[in-house]
Amino acid sequence: MHNSGTLTKAELAETLSETFGFNKREAKLLVDAFFEEIRATLSSGEQVKLSGFGNFELRDKNPRPGRNPRTGEPVPIEARRVVTFKPGQKLRTHVENYGKD
Amino acid sequence: MTKSELIESLSYKLDRFSQKDIEQAVNTMLDTMIHTLAQGNRIEIRGFGSFTLHERKARMGRNPKTGEQVPLPAKRVPHFKPGKALREKVNASREHTDIIR
Repeated sequence: MHNSGTLTKAELAETLSETFGFNKREAKLLVDAFFEEIRATLSSGEQVKLSGFGNFELRDKNPRPGRNPRTGEPVPIEARRVVTFKPGQKLRTHVENYGKD
Repeated sequence: MTKSELIESLSYKLDRFSQKDIEQAVNTMLDTMIHTLAQGNRIEIRGFGSFTLHERKARMGRNPKTGEQVPLPAKRVPHFKPGKALREKVNASREHTDIIR
């Protein structure tokens, strides 16, 4: 298990090695492929639903007038597509209960 | 794309692993991510994005059925911020695809 702190791909690969005995190269391949698959799917315009964890959804935003918050100068915000994450029930419950006993 | 479709697609691409290996690896990665956030830590996946926790203050809510006021305690909710590479690729997909839900 990784120590407290930020979780990165390196720690995920280490967890897979330790749990299943994959060698380092295999573990890294699995971690990279996992995130790449989600990224490629979203980049093809398709949403990704990981039950328990959450859904990566896509939204098309209309253009709107914006402002530079520092100068107050009007700047147009272009139409764009964005990813939003909706946490699943299991993740929400685990996170909410943190620190409670 | 659902979790089982993602596992299927990965086992097709990574033919040196059995589908069971991939299923276990995916579930372990997701559980490790949930566990990390539940401990109050963050996740940083380069090129993909980061998961952090946002604090929600305690507030008065309403029971939608009875209209009765109910106090809602402070809580933490998971938040995903897409990385630059993911943001750019997703935005580029707007030009040539509709969103597949």
